[in-house]
Amino acid sequence: MAGSEHAAVRLRGASKRFGKVVALQDATLSIHRGELMTLLGPSGCGKTTLLNLVAGFLVVDDGEIEIDGKRVNAIPTYKREIGMMFQNYALFPHMSIADNVGYGLRMRGIAKPDLKRRVAEALSLVRLNGVDDRRPHQLSGGQQQRVALARALVVSPKVLLLDEPFSALDRNLRVSMQIEIKEIQRQLGVTTIFVTHDQSEALSLSDRIAVMFEGRIRQVGSPDEIYRRPADRFVASFVGDVNVLRARLDRVAGYAVAMLGAARISVPSEPLARVQSGDRVELFVRPEQLRFANAGEPIAVEGTVAAHSYQGGYVNLYLEAPDVCASRILVRSLEPDAINRWPAGTRVGISIAGSDAMAFEPKPAPHSV
Amino acid sequence: MARSAFQRLLGIVGVLAVLTILGFVILPAAVVTLAAFNDKAILAFPPETWSGRWFAKALAYEDFRSGFRNGFIVAGCASSIALLVGTTFAFALDRYSFPLKRTLEAVLLSSLVVPHFTIGLGFLILAAQIGWARGFAVVIACHVVLVLPFVLRSVYVSLRNLDQKLELAAASLGASPARVIATITLPLLAPGLVGGWLLAAVLSFNEFTASLFVTAQRTQTLPVAMYNYVREYADPSMAALSVLYIAATATLLIVANLYLGLGKVLNVESRR
Repeated sequence: MAGSEHAAVRLRGASKRFGKVVALQDATLSIHRGELMTLLGPSGCGKTTLLNLVAGFLVVDDGEIEIDGKRVNAIPTYKREIGMMFQNYALFPHMSIADNVGYGLRMRGIAKPDLKRRVAEALSLVRLNGVDDRRPHQLSGGQQQRVALARALVVSPKVLLLDEPFSALDRNLRVSMQIEIKEIQRQLGVTTIFVTHDQSEALSLSDRIAVMFEGRIRQVGSPDEIYRRPADRFVASFVGDVNVLRARLDRVAGYAVAMLGAARISVPSEPLARVQSGDRVELFVRPEQLRFANAGEPIAVEGTVAAHSYQGGYVNLYLEAPDVCASRILVRSLEPDAINRWPAGTRVGISIAGSDAMAFEPKPAPHSV
Repeated sequence: MARSAFQRLLGIVGVLAVLTILGFVILPAAVVTLAAFNDKAILAFPPETWSGRWFAKALAYEDFRSGFRNGFIVAGCASSIALLVGTTFAFALDRYSFPLKRTLEAVLLSSLVVPHFTIGLGFLILAAQIGWARGFAVVIACHVVLVLPFVLRSVYVSLRNLDQKLELAAASLGASPARVIATITLPLLAPGLVGGWLLAAVLSFNEFTASLFVTAQRTQTLPVAMYNYVREYADPSMAALSVLYIAATATLLIVANLYLGLGKVLNVESRR
C-alpha cells in the first residue's frame, strides 16, 4: 500500500513563535504507524503547540510537517483527515449525540444508511448505547468523553490527537478510561498522539514518550528507556520520583563509576563527557533502588529518618543527610511495620541496589532544572 | 424561630415598599389604559363613562395607519442592516487584534451617548447639504446609527460565550470554514442575533426624537404621527393607540421569551 513505508507523522525542525515567546524550537520527531506517542512535559513546554501544529490549528514558522509522507504545512485542518479529542470535549451543544458523532461523516457526504450504521458502531466501540437522542449537557463527564472519542474515531482518521483528555475526570474514572482508550487504540491500530503533563499516565499508556521542556524535545524513547535511562537531569527529575545525591566520579578502565560513601556505582558515561575523574557529579537514584543496608553491604549514605508517609501497600520514608542531599532522601519499604522499625530519629545506612542509577554534571548556578 | 416584632414590622414595610415601587412603574401605563376607555372626547382619568370607540377611531385614522406601516418598514430595514453591520464588527472585535481597536469600539457605540436630538438634526443638515431627498433612506440610515450599539453588544456577548473549540472541533472533523459558520457558528449565535434584531426593531419602532427631524410627511413613523395628532386634538384615541402599542410590544417580547428566553434576549443571562 502506498505510503506504508512512511512514518505516519513526521516533524522536521518545526518551530513556532508567539511574538517574542518561542513556544516550540526545532522539533524533530517521527511517529510510527499505529503507535501511541505521548508528548509529556510541564505546562509551557510546547507539547500543546506541537499537537496544534499537527492538527493544523497553527502554522509553523519554520520546518516541515508530514502526515503519511505528504507535506501538510499548507494544508488546512479540515483537509488533513485527523481526529481530535479536546480537553473539554467540545461536543456541539445544539446537536444530539447521534448528530455529534455523525458530524464528520456528514461533512464527508456519507450516505444516510451508511452514516447511521457507522455512528452506531462507533458508539458501541466506546460502550455507550441508548443515548443517541440526548443532548451533551444531559450526559455525565465520562459519557461525554466517550462521545468525543466516538466522534473522532468514526471518520477513520489518519492520526488521532488527544489533548489532555483525562484531566477533568476523577482518579478511578481516569484510570479505567486510560485502559479503555489504550485497548481501542490497539484494536483499531490508529496512530495516536497524546498530550499530558501526568507522567504516570504517560508511562502506563505509551508505546513511546517524547519528553519536552521549554519548547524543546529532550528525549524520545519507550517508557522503560525514559524511566531507566533518562537523557538529562530534567527528564530524570520529571518522570518518576528521584533522589539527587552528591557523589564523585572515577573513571576505571573506560567505565564511569560514581563513588558515594562506601559504594561504587557504575553509570552510563555519555552524559559525563566533560567531567574529569575526581570531579563532583550528581547521582540520580530512584527510591526503589535504595534500601536499608544489610550487614556486609557497602553503605552509600548515612541518614536520619525524619518522616514517614503510609501509602497502604508501602511506606515512604524520608531521610535527612545534608552532606549528600540538599532535600530529603526518599526510600520505600514494603514492610508494613516500617514506621515502628525505623522511627523518626533513627540513624540508618542506605545501600544502592540495582544498576540503573544515572549521573549528570552538577547543575550550574541557582536556576531550576 | 420566633421573629421579633421589629423584624415582622420591617418585613411588612419591605413588602409595601416593593409594591409601591412596582405600582409607580406600572402607573403611567395603567392611567393611559383606563383613559382610553373614556366616552367623552377628553383625555381624563378616571373615565366617567366607558366606551371602546376610540380604539376603532385609532385603527381607522389614516395618519396612524401610514405611521404604523412606515415604522414597520423603517424598523425592519434598519434592524436588518444594523444586524449585518453589527455582526461583522462584533467578529472583528472578538477575533482579531489591530491598532485602534478600542477607538473603533468607542465610535460604534458612540450613539449611546450622543443625544438622539443631535443625531437627528445632524442627519437632517447632512441630507440638506448633499441634496439627499428626505425619503425612507435618510430615516433608515439614521435609525441604523441609533440601534447599532444594541445589536453590536448583543452579538458580541454571544460571540464571547461561543467556545471557539467547537469551531476547531468542526474543522478537525472535515468542515470547511464556510460549513463551520453554517453548521456551528450561526446556529449557536442565533439567540444573540435574533435577540439583537428584536431589541433593535422595538427601539427603532418606538424611536421619536431623531425621527421627528428626519421624517417628512409621507415617511413619518407612528410616534411622530402621534405627536402631530396630540398637538391638535387631545382625545382618548391617543390613549387607545398607546394601549395597542403596549399590547403589541408585550406580545412580541412574550414570544421572544418563549422561544429564546428573555434573559438571553436582553443578554443579562449567559447561555450554558
